[in-house]
Amino acid sequence: MDWTWFHRLASPPHVYRIAGVLTPWFAWPAGVLIALALYGGLVLAPPDYQQGDGFRIIYVHAPAAWLSLMIYSTMAVSAAVGLIWRMKVAHAVAASCASIGAWFTAVSLVTGMLWGKPMWGTYWAWDPRLTAQLVLLFLYLGYMGLRAGFEDTARADKASAVLAIVGVVNVPIIKFSVEWWNSIHQAPSVSKLARASMPAEMLVPLLTMMLGFTLYFVAVLLVRLRAEILRRERTAKWIREAVAA
Amino acid sequence: MSQFFAMGGYAAFVWPAYALTFVAVFVNIAAARRAHTAARAEVRRRLEIEGEQT
Repeated sequence: MDWTWFHRLASPPHVYRIAGVLTPWFAWPAGVLIALALYGGLVLAPPDYQQGDGFRIIYVHAPAAWLSLMIYSTMAVSAAVGLIWRMKVAHAVAASCASIGAWFTAVSLVTGMLWGKPMWGTYWAWDPRLTAQLVLLFLYLGYMGLRAGFEDTARADKASAVLAIVGVVNVPIIKFSVEWWNSIHQAPSVSKLARASMPAEMLVPLLTMMLGFTLYFVAVLLVRLRAEILRRERTAKWIREAVAA
Repeated sequence: MSQFFAMGGYAAFVWPAYALTFVAVFVNIAAARRAHTAARAEVRRRLEIEGEQT
């Protein structure tokens, strides 16, 4: 088997260049999908029979919550690859994930509170899923704080990678919390595709928004990754050509 | 139109949720771009200093 693609993934100048080329290919489709999903979710989808128009918060809440978990998983896997294969680019990916993930975890919490108030009668409850999601926010903030505490990037990479990997146990806890415990939070609307719990006019905008947010995340991550690579490689020879353009 | 903005009485919850989400979307775009521009500027500054020394 030809492994050159794998070695290239470990090469900072190569990744810097490829990330720049790929960014618009994720950013533009993301913009189009999110615009379509906004129209579908706010205008085309019918009001819910129980929650009326209040249910439309799902089109921002669920994609934000999905990103919060997906980004954490990406961060933990990249950190593990960085530790195991000593791949600096993988550590750079992990470091680039954190602030984006923290933002969307906060968004999922606040939009959830705004949805909870009219439907449950309270902004907050110390419910398993809500609590675990709050722990996720603290994991992101702890990861960022830990990195900031190290002067040396290589040591920051190792220490923060261990935190990211240990913290990944929280991801399945959040995902399955509504099934394992008696939660105030409703069961997932999407994962049971076989017997989808909502009609297509409601479901299609939701899936479109989630796909749009995913592509959006990749685009933002690629820009952050380029910044992170430049910061790490500022003394490397290839950098002269990279910034010349 | 005003009926649309009323969101069946849930306007006070729906619109802040959307506003916050899209603030996060745009803040993250701006922050990533700023980080990249700043990193490039830093590299350029460093190269100029090196150029003067040699």
